[in-house]
Amino acid sequence: MSILIDENTRVVVQGITGRDGGFHTGQMLEYGTKIVAGVTPGRGGQTTQGVPVYNSVKEAVAATGANTSCIFVPAKLNAADAIVEAIYAGIKLVVCITENVPNMDMIRVNAIVDAHPGTRLIGPNCPGLISPGKCKVGIIPGSIFMPGSVGLVSRSGTLTYEIADELTRAGFGQTSAVGIGGDPMIGTTFKDVLPLFEADPDTQVIVMVGEIGGSDEEEGAAVIRASITKPVVGFIGGRTAPPGKRMGHAGAIISGKTGTPQGKVAALEAAGVPVADTPHDVAALVQAAFAKLRGAH
Amino acid sequence: MKLHEYQAKELLKKYEVAVPKNAGIATTPEAVRAAVESLGGRGVIKAQVHSGGRGKAGGIKVANSLEEATQIAANMLGMLLKTHQVPEGLTVEQVLIEEPITIVQEYYLSVVPDRNSQRNVFILSAKGGMDIEAVAEEDPEAIVHLSIDPLIGINDFELREAIVSAKLDPAFANKIVVFMKSLYRCYLESDSILAEINPMAITSDGRVLAADAKFQIDDSALFRHKEFEAAAQESFEDPFEAEAHRQDIAYVRLGGDVGLMCNGAGLTMSTIDEVKRAGGNPANFLDVGGGAQAERVSKCLALILSDPNVKGVLINIFGGITWCDEVAKGVIAGTETLDVKVPIVVRLAGTRAQEGAALLASTNLIPATTMQEAAAKIVSLVG
Repeated sequence: MSILIDENTRVVVQGITGRDGGFHTGQMLEYGTKIVAGVTPGRGGQTTQGVPVYNSVKEAVAATGANTSCIFVPAKLNAADAIVEAIYAGIKLVVCITENVPNMDMIRVNAIVDAHPGTRLIGPNCPGLISPGKCKVGIIPGSIFMPGSVGLVSRSGTLTYEIADELTRAGFGQTSAVGIGGDPMIGTTFKDVLPLFEADPDTQVIVMVGEIGGSDEEEGAAVIRASITKPVVGFIGGRTAPPGKRMGHAGAIISGKTGTPQGKVAALEAAGVPVADTPHDVAALVQAAFAKLRGAH
Repeated sequence: MKLHEYQAKELLKKYEVAVPKNAGIATTPEAVRAAVESLGGRGVIKAQVHSGGRGKAGGIKVANSLEEATQIAANMLGMLLKTHQVPEGLTVEQVLIEEPITIVQEYYLSVVPDRNSQRNVFILSAKGGMDIEAVAEEDPEAIVHLSIDPLIGINDFELREAIVSAKLDPAFANKIVVFMKSLYRCYLESDSILAEINPMAITSDGRVLAADAKFQIDDSALFRHKEFEAAAQESFEDPFEAEAHRQDIAYVRLGGDVGLMCNGAGLTMSTIDEVKRAGGNPANFLDVGGGAQAERVSKCLALILSDPNVKGVLINIFGGITWCDEVAKGVIAGTETLDVKVPIVVRLAGTRAQEGAALLASTNLIPATTMQEAAAKIVSLVG
């Protein structure tokens, strides 16, 4: 099994005729993702890469039964509005890849998401997600993943690739990998994804990749203590980052006593989560977690 | 992007948030003297640098005469102001000249986005004029939070309740409600991620004023705020960060001697960690961005090498949508046009890494296969 997406996922790509939207549509199709529709206002009726284009998400859903949206609409063309359009059209899983969505827009969007139970937003400013061998939604390179029993959730894109590559090389495939994004205002956080991996029968070990800034890792640690029985391995990026400096991601900033790597590592360790010192060490900790599981059986 | 106090106060005025009368900014003692004269012969001279704690550091002085104004300005302009927030100091290039006010009460008021509730919150306290983090530590109960539902907006009664909870003078409750509503509108419409009024002052003549103002605008929203374009350009004190901003490169100067170019914020942060672990000192954070083309890679390399402290460069790329051979082409093109005198270690993994490695084979660039190996190599070369 896997979480959130699988072979039954039917994707509509919002912004399918743009440069990034077009390129990644090709990549997703190549991976086997069922892209059933694209949306670009004013381009309805056209076809691109064999995918029919509609003027609105509502039309696309009515015509194709799409249940998941992947958004490439640029921030300047109102990506936040594209998220709301998907929610109103009844899309259950909205994945927003777009970076630099204004903070104020996301506060409004998140309030709208909250008012629509049953709808999940991933991102913005995220690489998307992948269930190896079944489906990928977003920009994650499929070649470094393989099916297996590690569940991976991360705030960072390339760091996820680095770690996934090490896991795959070490023989540990993945059920699903979810990139939640590095912005301060995002839809899905660690505390939301961890229970999904807990409930997935095929996921045996969970890897959680955090970074400095905010307190999502601490909240995730609280969920682990309270309700996660599967072994979790952690990593925190930015261990040596200076306070007060925004490290690329809008959310990656130590402000006062909030968001420090020490606080995050301590919270995870207190929840029984071993935290790797380097991305390279994650695979070894995963191996140890599997060894312990086998020993227990 | 941070606004200077005088810029924040100009913004506040547009939203009818009361600020002390001012005579604008000045960059010479003569101009300061003229400004104080225009205010009637007395004035407060305030250093315009991006840091709190200016008063204690000597960056805020009252001039009771024109002679004093000239004297204070001569001392303050050009000085390196060392505050507890920026101990290395900031050079004072301009000062704001304001009317002197007599403060009878100092309160704290701010609006910020709260990550946990995913909403904007007011933070209010009767303990104004000091660092709010210090108040939070000593007397957390003195701080009141009020979160605003973005779909509903502000209800006046909630503001009144917050004012009561924070134990502000009830005689000023109505004026403070108006102040808070105007501030919130200003915060929303300017796409701010910080609007801090510390102190919000009650004056002896019964006014509620923003005695100081600290604003930060969301960089992601600058595209719809042309009015901040000039302020954005001068908001970088570091000349390398300013240049990076002009070229749209995600760059933070860290002060060490190992220049870094990586892709993705998380991988870049982890590479910095790795270099430090190997005993090195990173010069910068630089995220080349997703899908970077050769030309952009060359530009990034030029920016890194423009920092005279840089004694070596580490390039760490995990190709997803970025193609490693494209990066290799950019690095090679960069080294051909720039006069490179420092060693460059390149680690390429992921998409088209082999093609990239093949391009590097016939150059002076030093290859590495893992992050750790790359970090160890560059640190040993820089020495």
